[in-house]
Amino acid sequence: MAEELPGTNLAADAAARDAFPAAGQPLLRIEAVAKTFGTFRAVDGVSLDIKAGEFFALLGPSGCGKTTLLRMLAGFEAPDGGRILLGGKDIAQALPHERPINMMFQNYALFPHLSVRDNIAFGLKRAGMARADIATRVAEMVALVKLEGLEKRKPDQLSGGQRQRVALARALARRPQLLLLDEPLAALDKKLRESTQGELMELQRRLGMTFIIVTHDQEEAMTMASRIGVMKAGKLAQVASPRELYEAPRSRWIAEFVGDINLFDGESKLRDGHRLVIGTRDAGALVVAEPREPVGTGRFTVAIRPEKVKLSRRGPVSEAGRETAINTLDGVIADICYLGGTTTYKVKLDTGGMLQASVANSARIDVDAYSLNQNVVAWFTPDDCVVLPS
Amino acid sequence: MRKVSRLSRFNIASLALGLAFLYLPILILVLYSFNASRLVTVWGGWSLRWYREFFNDRAMIEAAWMSLRVAVCSATIATLLGTLAAVALSRGERFRGRTLFSGMLYAPLVMPEVITGLSLLLLFVALNAERGFWTVTIAHTTLTMCFVAVVVQSRIGSLDRSLEEAAMDLGCNPVRAFVAVTLPLIAPAIVAGWMLAFTLSLDDLVIASFTTGPGSATLPIRIYSEVRLGVKPEINAICTLVIALIAVVIVIASLASKLSSSQGESAAPL
Repeated sequence: MAEELPGTNLAADAAARDAFPAAGQPLLRIEAVAKTFGTFRAVDGVSLDIKAGEFFALLGPSGCGKTTLLRMLAGFEAPDGGRILLGGKDIAQALPHERPINMMFQNYALFPHLSVRDNIAFGLKRAGMARADIATRVAEMVALVKLEGLEKRKPDQLSGGQRQRVALARALARRPQLLLLDEPLAALDKKLRESTQGELMELQRRLGMTFIIVTHDQEEAMTMASRIGVMKAGKLAQVASPRELYEAPRSRWIAEFVGDINLFDGESKLRDGHRLVIGTRDAGALVVAEPREPVGTGRFTVAIRPEKVKLSRRGPVSEAGRETAINTLDGVIADICYLGGTTTYKVKLDTGGMLQASVANSARIDVDAYSLNQNVVAWFTPDDCVVLPS
Repeated sequence: MRKVSRLSRFNIASLALGLAFLYLPILILVLYSFNASRLVTVWGGWSLRWYREFFNDRAMIEAAWMSLRVAVCSATIATLLGTLAAVALSRGERFRGRTLFSGMLYAPLVMPEVITGLSLLLLFVALNAERGFWTVTIAHTTLTMCFVAVVVQSRIGSLDRSLEEAAMDLGCNPVRAFVAVTLPLIAPAIVAGWMLAFTLSLDDLVIASFTTGPGSATLPIRIYSEVRLGVKPEINAICTLVIALIAVVIVIASLASKLSSSQGESAAPL
């Protein structure tokens, strides 16, 4: 079995790399994969295509099944149904060591009794690589993750960031067709996490490898991944680029899960060309752009991202603004949250609802900053609104 | 830095009393083993006479040799079985009656030795087995196996499951993953388990006296039967030697388990 799969035998490594699907070609196909623990459907009929060279993120709250799906790709769980095709071969029932896939564990799972060097060499020894080749590859990996000089240390003599690098080097050493990363940055502090995100992306681009990362951190997914699959209760809720996910979420749940958003429930009232008027309880009548897929009549939720909402003292100012700023709402500043780069204002609308507006602090000394209880006009264009089925 | 607080008078007194309670009898035994006098309770100056006497006492030496052989054999078998049981209980698939099985494994820990000994005797009689070295060894294995299982299982329980998964991910089949990763990490606990089984077997009197046969007395049985005829100073010498042996083994065992808890130190070849 092991010999049938490309990439498992590292002696024929060069040949195996030629057998890799070229970038952009489909590498992994997940077909209707399901996994049930007892009566709990952890993964419920997920289908997904991953292209070679892609950086894909599985995003979702804890318990949504993303880790179970990843463990099925690695071979630690066998799916109850469906197929997992890697380069056209069904590997759903293959054991972990028979797959040309490696995984980086959330807690790193470094072998405590082995040095950094032996940890990285572990998979290479198992593959029967020649001693000299192992030494070369280990040196290459150590340089790749910038761990020079620490080869002889044991894992408990390393910092969290260094351990993370060893885990990455160990998983990359076998040059897998697919690298799975289970919450790889969860244990790092914020600054280190941000720099490591950059390094991971750079590494992935340089090696041209396919990465699938599991994370519950939407910022992390947005920063690193070229495509994101949002999971909810064992199902894929939406697969899209970070931008599409943020600007055109498919459901109310996704809109709320990814970033901050203002939501107003209402009923469609009338249609005027490409414009739709939706009467909401909390924000009055809102004019929105007709969504790409035409919607009928009925109940809808209007969603507006806080940074799309503009504030001013006397309504839209510029001439250009007046044309598009069809939605103007009067209100009072009810709460101010200064975040450094931006300030989030909560506006209590005269119509009864609350509206969040995020304003960039583009000047150091901001004479235009609003104060508590100040009367303001909030406005946004119909194109900035997303219409979601309720 | 905090200053190490000095012990109060009360603490010193209670510590001294406690230690005296534990070790005074042993101390007296060790002291009198170097007594030149034939009378156990009368001090007659320093001498190694009773040690010489012991080494010339063929029956005693034979009993000691028997005890050592039983201890080594039963400890080895018990370590093997106990480790397998611990691995099966903590790593195997969840099977029906798993809780019952693990409870049954630990029953001998609390079972009175008389009952264990008697039931084994009945079994050996029923099987018509000739009682001697092997029956004692088997009996000691049943006694000590659960101790090994407890020690090893607690160590496996503290190991991260994902270590084995990582090994499999890196190309090991499940058996190799166990040998390459789990075994080196639990090795100190296995060694500690062996030492524990060895000392338990060495000083067991009750079970051994139930299961042994004529002509194959273990050291504790031999000592016990000698003492019934009156305490000879030679017994003191033997006991001192046994205490020394057990002390050494226990120190090694506790060092091994200490190593086992501080993972990184336990280097083992891949």
